[in-house]
Amino acid sequence: MSVLLELRHISQRYAAQEIVKSLSLQLEQGEIGCLLGHSGCGKTTVLRCIAGFEPIHDGEILLKQQPISRPNQSVPPHQRQIGMVFQDYALFPHLSVADNIGFGLHQHTASHRQQRITELLELVGLTAHAQAYPHELSGGQQQRVALARALAPKPQLLLLDEPFSNLDVALRERLGQEVRDILKREQMTAILVTHDQHEAFAIADQIGVMQAGQIVQWATPYELYHQPANRFVADFVGKGVFVPGTITGSHCVEIEFGEICRVDLDSRGFAVGSRVDVLLRPDDVVHDDFSPLKAQVVNRAFQGEVFLYTLALASGQQVLATVASHHNHRIGEWIGIKLDLDHLIAFPS
Amino acid sequence: MALFHSTRRWFGVAAVFSLITLTPLAVILSAFLDPSPDIWAHLSEFVLPRLLWNTFILMLGVSVGGLVLAVPLAWLIAMYDFPGRRFFSWALMLPLAMPAYVMAFTQIGLFDFTGPIQTWMREVWGTSAAMPPIRSTGGVILVMSLALYPYIYLLARDAFASMGRRALEAGQSLGLSRRQAFFRVALPMARPWIVGGVSLALMETLADFGTVSIFNYDAFTTAIYKAWFGLFSLSSASQLASLLVLLVFILVWYELRARGRRAYTVTGRGSIQAKRDRLPTLSGLLATAWASVVLGLAFVIPFAQLLWWCRQAITTDLDARYIRFVWYSLLLAGLAAVAVAVVALLISYAQRRDARQRTRFAVRLATLGYAVPGTVLAVGVFIPIAWLDNVLLNVFSSYLPEGQTAIFKGTLLVMILAYIARFLAVGFQSVDAAMQRITRSQEETARVLGEAGWGLLRRLYLPLLQGGLFTALLMVFVDVMKEMPITLMTRPFGWDTLAVRVFEMTSEGEWERAALPSVAIVLVGLLPVILLAQRRHA
Repeated sequence: MSVLLELRHISQRYAAQEIVKSLSLQLEQGEIGCLLGHSGCGKTTVLRCIAGFEPIHDGEILLKQQPISRPNQSVPPHQRQIGMVFQDYALFPHLSVADNIGFGLHQHTASHRQQRITELLELVGLTAHAQAYPHELSGGQQQRVALARALAPKPQLLLLDEPFSNLDVALRERLGQEVRDILKREQMTAILVTHDQHEAFAIADQIGVMQAGQIVQWATPYELYHQPANRFVADFVGKGVFVPGTITGSHCVEIEFGEICRVDLDSRGFAVGSRVDVLLRPDDVVHDDFSPLKAQVVNRAFQGEVFLYTLALASGQQVLATVASHHNHRIGEWIGIKLDLDHLIAFPS
Repeated sequence: MALFHSTRRWFGVAAVFSLITLTPLAVILSAFLDPSPDIWAHLSEFVLPRLLWNTFILMLGVSVGGLVLAVPLAWLIAMYDFPGRRFFSWALMLPLAMPAYVMAFTQIGLFDFTGPIQTWMREVWGTSAAMPPIRSTGGVILVMSLALYPYIYLLARDAFASMGRRALEAGQSLGLSRRQAFFRVALPMARPWIVGGVSLALMETLADFGTVSIFNYDAFTTAIYKAWFGLFSLSSASQLASLLVLLVFILVWYELRARGRRAYTVTGRGSIQAKRDRLPTLSGLLATAWASVVLGLAFVIPFAQLLWWCRQAITTDLDARYIRFVWYSLLLAGLAAVAVAVVALLISYAQRRDARQRTRFAVRLATLGYAVPGTVLAVGVFIPIAWLDNVLLNVFSSYLPEGQTAIFKGTLLVMILAYIARFLAVGFQSVDAAMQRITRSQEETARVLGEAGWGLLRRLYLPLLQGGLFTALLMVFVDVMKEMPITLMTRPFGWDTLAVRVFEMTSEGEWERAALPSVAIVLVGLLPVILLAQRRHA
């Protein structure tokens, strides 16, 4: 697998403020990467640097091992062969769907252009709307046109800037899966930028969690969720609470629930006896009527398939638990719980 | 390579075009720096006191007259329903199609001693002494108020329509009666709009040349004109022009302040006006009657009079010479419209590519010319061109034929530059509005898909700017067709337009013969009014 995109210690400033600080990443051919973070963390700026709309002040950006961005030197956007889908889709209002899609194909012969447009219309399922105008389409349809338009000239890399933020939740889920299928079918390398972790999980192979202009962890969705590198990632990705605990052995930790010893629990170089904060995710706390350990329901949120219960232990420590929603417990009830911990996620107190 | 550095050159573009407006202004104002004491002495003793007094009275009168005509009507139309409301809502803007100077001679023709109204009065009552003389200060004020109230009306109506109901309800909830609520809440809330409208009307008043000359009312513009042609005294003309510019700056300051205040005034969500109250029958009829009187006086009756006069003139005057007037009018208007549209496009694009403070400032300066009277611009453009001519003549004297005294002066160049300075704001408004609707992401998408430079302009910008460019061309075309002072003062020999013809005829008191070119001008002037009416009818 060859590396298609590489960012080497890039930095970007605006006025006196550093937006991106010495950021590095690598993306292999055919991979879908994602930059995930809150507003203002610099993720869109990184995307724009890759596209060539912003200059970088330090470091290098390489596409297929060729530099495309350096401080004071830059290949202009129209020569980079990088496609981009914007948050507001930016469809051209004066052109039909077919002409929008064919916009980037002006170098090709008419017949080849027509062929490619037909291909893409089929790919995104909009063949019936070829002659419609953007204002006649729904949000989801517009997004698909934007995607088809970006894919038409067969770019080396595709950039997506918060592509689903303008759509409602149900549509988001469906389109997310569809977009991933399309990208994989076209064997397209892509980078997505979003603040929505569900979107990131659904589409990306590798996710970079960003904070204040830097990538704090670059990993697969599963790794981010179950092996967060630090507190920030642990907090940001998924839900959970931290409970205090003590390391009692190389595979053991003691918390309020009791001592947990499992062969695959790796206490990661913590000294025996050190105090840690252990992350308990809602799926780690299981409802068990026969368990001697009881907790009181403090709050509950109905989520369709499950209830997300906020439970308080006798000590007052609160934990979260997802329970199948036919277990309907009222606030104030005491229910039995037990721990089903697969990964030890702990940080020094 | 570097996309990022090329944006800086666009500041240069904006700066160069701002010179078209700045140079005349700077030249005029420099008259203060190098005053000829004997000219100032002559002016201040014989000319200035009268000019200043006349101007003051005129401005006061037009403000009051315009407010009295515009504000009550704007309130009625925005807040209430009465027979004919829909019609009057846009029809009250019709006077904008008729230049003030056309209305001037028409009203004089109607109300003068020998006119139809007084003649009819004498037939019926034996005397027409009851009719106040139209050829008076009161007459000028009346005519200009009727011609200019639409500026105030338009802005006031929009203000009341978006905020009036809320103002009334807020006032009433605090215990004020409707009448009190109007004066103490609604009117103050609409003040930025009203002040803006009055400032625009007063700018037009100061810039007006045709009306005051028909009434023989001594104003700055006529004094500048007389100095220009009569005394051939460029220095007198520019001294007077500099004073006029100072007065204009005060108004511009007011207008910009009002514009700024409008931006900060909360108008609330949505401009959907709640149902209007239907006026009781008697009040409703009174409202209709009042609106009819104003519209009648300001447009219908003058236009009818013009058409009546035309009956005669069509047979005698519609000849080859007349076709030449039409031709020159169309040609000049067309050239100016294209020139302004091109410059407007360039500075709008410059502001977009280089969004720094200094570029915006340069663009702002370039569009400032709308406030500067045509007479001032004519003088201000002529002086540097004449200077340039002298320099070139000196440098190249050996290559030029004997006796050549002019290279650029007396050519179209002076006219076109003055038109650009005066009307750039008009063209810029529509072009820039269309430019703003093209989002940054649309431009970046086009780049990412492989377009840059000319391709970008051709495939993305021009198609999307078509509407704005068309409106700009139309508005400038109409404005130049109506324009009088710049055309009179800077036209190449023999290039007489319809407006010039009107001036010639009215100088000799020949109202009937001035009617035919006037009707043509008014018909052309109807186009933007209809456009404006359609757009605002939301």
